[in-house]
Amino acid sequence: MRVGVITFPGTLDDRDAARAVNFGGGESVALWHADADLKNVDAVILPGGFSYGDYLRCGAISRFAPVMKLVIEAAEKGMPVLGICNGFQVLCESHLLPGALTRNSDLHFLCRDQEIEITNNTTAWTSSFAIGEKITIPLKNGEGSFQCDDQTLAALESEGRVIARYIGENPNGSRNLIAGISNARGNVVGLMPHPEHAIDPLTGPSAQGLGFFTSILNAMVK
Amino acid sequence: MSLDTVAAAKLTPENKQPFAELGLKPDEYARIKEILGRRPTSSELAMYSVMWSEHCSYKSSKVHLKQFGDKAPKSDALLVGIGENAGVVDVGQGYAVTFKIESHNHPSFVEPYQGAATGVGGIVRDILTMGARPIAVMDPLRFGPADAPDTRRVLPGIVAGVGGYGNCLGLPNIGGEVVFDQTYAGNPLVNALCVGVMKHSDIKLAKAAGAGNLVVLFGAKTGGDGIGGVSVLASETFGAGGSTKRPSVQVGDPFVEKILIECSLEIFAEDLVVGIQDLGGAGLSCATSELASGGSGGMKVALDKVPLRDPSLSPEEILMSESQERMCAIVEPNKLPRFLEICKKWDVTVTSIGEVTDGDRLEITWNGELIVDVPPRTVAHEGPVYNRPLAQPAYIDEVNSQAVNVPIPSSAGEIKAAVLKLAGAPNLADKSWVTSQYDKYVQGNTIQSQPDDSGMVRIDEKTHLGVAISTDANANWSYLNPYQGAKLALAEAARNIATAGARPLAVTNCLNFGSPEDPGVMWQFAESVRGLADGCLEMGLPVTGGNVSFYNQTGSVAILPTPVIGVLGVIQDVRTRMPMSFKTADLDLYLLGDTYADLAGSEWAFLHDQRTGQSPNADLAREMRLIELLLAGHETKLFSAAHDLSQGGLSAGLTEMVLRYCVGATITLSNVGIDLLSESPGRVVVAIEPYKFEALQELGLKFSTTVSKIGTTGGESLIINDCVISLDELRNEHTSTFPRLFG
Repeated sequence: MRVGVITFPGTLDDRDAARAVNFGGGESVALWHADADLKNVDAVILPGGFSYGDYLRCGAISRFAPVMKLVIEAAEKGMPVLGICNGFQVLCESHLLPGALTRNSDLHFLCRDQEIEITNNTTAWTSSFAIGEKITIPLKNGEGSFQCDDQTLAALESEGRVIARYIGENPNGSRNLIAGISNARGNVVGLMPHPEHAIDPLTGPSAQGLGFFTSILNAMVK
Repeated sequence: MSLDTVAAAKLTPENKQPFAELGLKPDEYARIKEILGRRPTSSELAMYSVMWSEHCSYKSSKVHLKQFGDKAPKSDALLVGIGENAGVVDVGQGYAVTFKIESHNHPSFVEPYQGAATGVGGIVRDILTMGARPIAVMDPLRFGPADAPDTRRVLPGIVAGVGGYGNCLGLPNIGGEVVFDQTYAGNPLVNALCVGVMKHSDIKLAKAAGAGNLVVLFGAKTGGDGIGGVSVLASETFGAGGSTKRPSVQVGDPFVEKILIECSLEIFAEDLVVGIQDLGGAGLSCATSELASGGSGGMKVALDKVPLRDPSLSPEEILMSESQERMCAIVEPNKLPRFLEICKKWDVTVTSIGEVTDGDRLEITWNGELIVDVPPRTVAHEGPVYNRPLAQPAYIDEVNSQAVNVPIPSSAGEIKAAVLKLAGAPNLADKSWVTSQYDKYVQGNTIQSQPDDSGMVRIDEKTHLGVAISTDANANWSYLNPYQGAKLALAEAARNIATAGARPLAVTNCLNFGSPEDPGVMWQFAESVRGLADGCLEMGLPVTGGNVSFYNQTGSVAILPTPVIGVLGVIQDVRTRMPMSFKTADLDLYLLGDTYADLAGSEWAFLHDQRTGQSPNADLAREMRLIELLLAGHETKLFSAAHDLSQGGLSAGLTEMVLRYCVGATITLSNVGIDLLSESPGRVVVAIEPYKFEALQELGLKFSTTVSKIGTTGGESLIINDCVISLDELRNEHTSTFPRLFG
């Protein structure tokens, strides 16, 4: 089970994501933004960070990276793709996921341990969880407020494509407390909080983020 | 303006030069002429002026800082000492760790966001320059009164700047301080610490050796920002009615720095550089003169080859520019192609601007004409040295002779009011408003961060080796007695390392003071350095480097003497670290150490506008016994938790402990008012399982440390004698201060 982890210039959580993949039992494969092939990976993670310095808009430049053309093609054919934080922003800019992530409602970067509820366990990245399972993983971003038009929101909700919601006070102004969504097929998931920082209680608030990285193994076994 | 060449300078000795405007004194200008045997060219004048500034030359502090070398304890751990970009210590298993604090105080007052951001950027490049991967940052900060209007401008900007830059670099922020005092109004302190790790064999030094080797500039292009930042900003006191100095503040681009870090580490890994230096304060003037002095002295640079962001810059401006995110490397010609390839991969601009020569002079040309011809050591290391007059200021005897006059609570109601007042006091209140703007998780190796006693990061995932760092200063004590204050800050930082189970190993410092031209300030400085050097010798901890920031004053009002001391320690297995608080009920709480009526310089006295009395005396032998006790207890897994007591005394310590994991405590104190409020140094609260009492008592005897039972854990309140405070009420008081003040 080979999981590619893409490094764009300015990506920060690539080593953390690779560590999480390996912790979960997969084999992480480093992918470079300028790569012209996906090195036979079975799945791809777009990690967090500030790719291209978040210039223009978060993720707006990364979507044009050579590797993204391949990711988009593969995703359309069903390859599991997970975008975390900045990766989520790249997926939205790439139109693999709807909506956009905007500045946190209080205009501050926010890093804290955040409780979220898993609301869909049928995607490639959430099958290890139970519906309604509550987990605590780090949330850390400046632009994490999920926004979309009413029609898109209604579709996301009615199709069960909201995969995780914030519990308690809305940390960033996201519509419907949305922490993560998937595409219709369930292979592409975007998530604002950081499960890769919650794989070991020694270095994170819990080990509850590991489920995202074991889910992908289940997806492959199927 | 026509080009001022060396040839022209020889022909026009009478030309008037703006040395005073550049911050040079008449005798300093005369000395430059003496060194060169002629008047300097305008480019040479620019170089000397920035390199001989207080910030770069340490001209007022050098004679005192020598003590760190003269009194250095014998240490096998020190691999690179004072003088390089940062000190390096051996932490075992083949790893070396480098760490250092620097100030970026003045720019942060003028332009809080950019000042703080580039402060982080500068110290990170210093660490990178040693060959290390930066792994964490910390930020000790000082501000004017928490409720002052200007603090509302300065604090949010500085916090956003520290976060904006550090977060974008992918460096976890693992701690620091936020302290308020009237004297920092107009003089906020932004100290930034960075720690990096490497293998012993990867240590890099700033030296240009080997004639024929190339001088390679890489990173951002050079622009007009920060010109004269060093001389104009950092070395002059702000006048009350002075003009705004915004153009002198550098503007940072953390994205470029992140790329530069990764690119440099790849270059280092392939051993492609002979020497390396970052471009920080004094820019190219500093990098070229320091690299040349680090080698045999000879270097030729074609300044017109420097890639510019602004093509209209003059050679003088290019030499002085403090544009961020630039590095200068010395590269063997046969390794240049690979060097260029790596830069291309990362899209980093790279230019060969000169070469190392056999001679002993730094020669810089502009379109073929010689504009600088100097012995580089005279620029970099042989600047003026001042033995400035110093005198104990009159206030010392006055405040030392006055007793502290504060109310001491005794009834349940008074105790509750006092505990809550301290819990919500800006200096002691919960700092989440600040720290939640910093990424503490990135890199996945953070074991401890704020609000723990120290920051701790793992440096090896397989062996679990880690390092812990704490930065501390108690400016109230330093004001009352700068000698003791420095020693006490050192002891506190070391204690904060040991409470987690790490062994203190080395020291860095950032000495923040008012104007060195004031004999009273100079005395505070000299006493602080003497205290720190004596303390380090006694505790066996080498000073690996540091930074001096003078001129932190507005008009005649200087800041409190603020020597920020950073101590780094090593823990063999981070999985065994002791938490700062208890997670379960029915543990017994003990106080290690003795409590006296030490209210002078305390937070309780500060809250009652009292800055009088005598600071406690640092008893470092006792501090060292306490540290050994903690480490011995750590070894045998004796402690369930250990927490240092410092500002706010036992009251603040208990507040922090019960709120950390939401487990209450019942405390019994005999002399409740003093017991809660005193800030006697050398004290730690520990939690143990009751059956371990005898083991603890044994350690107390062995290390001659008083062990007193003060209570037990459990419940949803902090109960002190007959005073009951619910955790909800305490938390509300502790956490509401910053949101109320800063939104």
